[in-house]
Amino acid sequence: MSLGMVLAILGAALSTTLAGIGSAYGVRVAGQAAAGVVAEDPDQFAKVLLLQLLPGTQGIYGLLVTFIMLSSIGILGGTPVTDTYTGAMYLCAALPIAVVGLFSGMYQGKTSVASIGIIAKRPDQFGKAMLFPAMVETYAILALLISILAVTNI
Amino acid sequence: MAIVDMQKLSVSAERKHRKAILETLQAMGVMQIENNAIDDPELEKMDTRTAVTTFEKNADTLSDALKLLYQYSGKKKPGGLFSEKKEIDKAVYEKAIQSQTAHMKKAQSIVQIEKSIEEAKARIHRDEDRITALAPWMKLDIPMNLRGTKTTRALIGTMPGILTEADVIEAASKDMTFPVPLEVTILTAEANITYVVVICLHRQRDQVLENLRQAGFARPTQVEEGVPSEVAENLQKDIEAQNLQIEKLQNRIASMADATDDFEITSDYYRTRAEKYRLLSTIPQSKHIFFLEGWVAKENAEPLKKMLEDKFGALVELEEIREGELEPTLLRNKPFARNAEGILESYGLPTHGRADPTFVMSIFYVIFFGMMLSDAGYGILMAVGCAVILKKKPRLEESLKKMLQLFFWCGISTTFWGFMYGGFFGDVIDVVAKTFFGYPAELTPILKPLWFAPLDDPMRLLIWCMLFGLIHLFAGLAIKGYEYLKNKDVVGFLSDVVAWYFFITGLVLMLIPSDIFASISGTHYVFPDVVNTIAKIITLIGLVTILLMSGRANKNWGLRIALGAYDIYGVMNWLSDVLSYSRLLALGLATGVIASVINMMASIAGGGFFGAIIFIVVFLAGHTLNIGINALGAYVHTNRLQYVEFFGKFYDGGGRPFKPFKMINQYVEIKEEKQS
Repeated sequence: MSLGMVLAILGAALSTTLAGIGSAYGVRVAGQAAAGVVAEDPDQFAKVLLLQLLPGTQGIYGLLVTFIMLSSIGILGGTPVTDTYTGAMYLCAALPIAVVGLFSGMYQGKTSVASIGIIAKRPDQFGKAMLFPAMVETYAILALLISILAVTNI
Repeated sequence: MAIVDMQKLSVSAERKHRKAILETLQAMGVMQIENNAIDDPELEKMDTRTAVTTFEKNADTLSDALKLLYQYSGKKKPGGLFSEKKEIDKAVYEKAIQSQTAHMKKAQSIVQIEKSIEEAKARIHRDEDRITALAPWMKLDIPMNLRGTKTTRALIGTMPGILTEADVIEAASKDMTFPVPLEVTILTAEANITYVVVICLHRQRDQVLENLRQAGFARPTQVEEGVPSEVAENLQKDIEAQNLQIEKLQNRIASMADATDDFEITSDYYRTRAEKYRLLSTIPQSKHIFFLEGWVAKENAEPLKKMLEDKFGALVELEEIREGELEPTLLRNKPFARNAEGILESYGLPTHGRADPTFVMSIFYVIFFGMMLSDAGYGILMAVGCAVILKKKPRLEESLKKMLQLFFWCGISTTFWGFMYGGFFGDVIDVVAKTFFGYPAELTPILKPLWFAPLDDPMRLLIWCMLFGLIHLFAGLAIKGYEYLKNKDVVGFLSDVVAWYFFITGLVLMLIPSDIFASISGTHYVFPDVVNTIAKIITLIGLVTILLMSGRANKNWGLRIALGAYDIYGVMNWLSDVLSYSRLLALGLATGVIASVINMMASIAGGGFFGAIIFIVVFLAGHTLNIGINALGAYVHTNRLQYVEFFGKFYDGGGRPFKPFKMINQYVEIKEEKQS
């Protein structure tokens, strides 16, 4: 086992862990707001559930990068990392989705809370309410893209 | 394109026809009535608030009664996401309306019965509270409210602390020098409270009571009349009786379950009438004449005018639009494009004179959705699911029906892209072949992508995604150009649309043969010199046109050039817009990769019988989750690409929806009469 391998696995682990924490926080705050709306108006369940789910995607993006990494560093397939530099490269490649996933998940959760507020007052404005959290997600998608491109090209 | 032209009508007719005219209009449901423009102090308006309130109250009573009927009779309540309205024959409808008073009475009695049920429940609750309060006193064999006999007094109460009889006697006879005959019974001692009965002589009562009080003695807060155990028994009997009563009342409501249809019809009828009376209060009228103003679709204007004039002798005029008035927007699109109207509506309807982007949007919507979900298995499930619901429930609400039809097409597109990318429930065919049949799927996959697998060459797909994005944006710009041309603004068309086409196309053509692009895409394109020269020329033409023409509204040339320069900076917007289409790749990858993770986890137990069972369970649970979360992602982000990137180029909504005055069908729809 080389230090490079350790660094690569650290990257893979960080990707799921940090992005997952971000999503868990986002889904938590949105879920609390959603529960409040459903308590008043159970008919809005489907709409607020969708809004609650929106910040959940960062965790999935993190998982995605982890999986691609694990399948190319010899854990689930591919070739094991032998030198330290390659391992460090994998670690760096995981950083965009790990860090951006953490923060964008949390911020998207807060935006979802605000949008759930829209649903509470104007249930017919779902289309617009959905758009605001989706804006935050753009940056998680960009980070995911860069992480994937980096990992697949190492 | 597909905005229905509107015509304003003004109607004046005799008051004796008012009811008939309003009812006809309501039944037709083609006219949005707006009377705010007519303002004349000599005309009066009716006050119909009482009537509206009465009708609404009646409709609410019927709705409440309906809820109770469904609750107690166990009859399946219509509802849920994909529920249709009942279809009722006109004869049935009219018959139900004729006996509306009887239905109303029945509904009121049901609501009344429910009140009795509630009362009985409250009484049970009170009884139970009393029984709980009596529990510590159960050992008492004298009535709780007994004062005493001729010579004795009974002191019944609680004392703090866990006490014995001796403790109580000592406390009661404190500071008393003469003998104090006492009979003390400890009933219960729990939770630091002692329940006690002290019997003393009549003449010593005040003294004993005072002593006990000092030791913390207190009368019970609730004194029952009678021996506690008997009282409790009676209460228990009362609870049973109330339960029986509740059951009887519930059965009585349940026995009326066949009234649901009548109630639903009558409730709709009352709401329709409430709607009519609400409108009535806005209608200006003189002694003999009343006036109406409103919008109808242009094609309905003449027939409606003729009908009102022939049937009621009304005076109907086609009005010009007054200044500051906004025509309501009604969309009418071809069968495929129509399905995306809901998507457009939730952003905002177009105003009259603008283009309706529904058709162009619907095509891109379906394609982009497919690229994001991009799994043939999921696509087939989605298309089949939508088709089955549509087939089974032909009378769904219009907006829901459109949505399902849209998702049917999205499902087809998803299937297409799934096969293009080689995804069918991820890589399930290969995994099953490998796990259960020992087929070496790693070497020669069974399901090969028709195009290429995104994960093998993400850069290539990224460039394709941006190309699709550019086409989408250019289509948006084309609609803007169409609007300029429709308004005969050729200068605007050339300087705001064509110039941008030149500028962006030229930049892209200059980018492709460059070293940066070659290192990204891995291929070095070499264009002939002619193309390179043309690219430079059209970029320059576009650039100069934008610089000189974008600020053309300004007379001051300095300001005009400055505005032009600022607009050229807008090329950064184009860059970020095009980059935004990278989500087509990212979400497409997400579906495929997570699907393969699920398949891998499912196959972890290996082949054989138990392996197969675990495989099926994990497969079903995992893919259900994946299809849900990714379909949501595809929906949200397809919407975003339309709303932000596409609409950002030309569209701003701002129309108001056409809301005709019509009958209210909350529960039932009247079957259209067959015209022979």
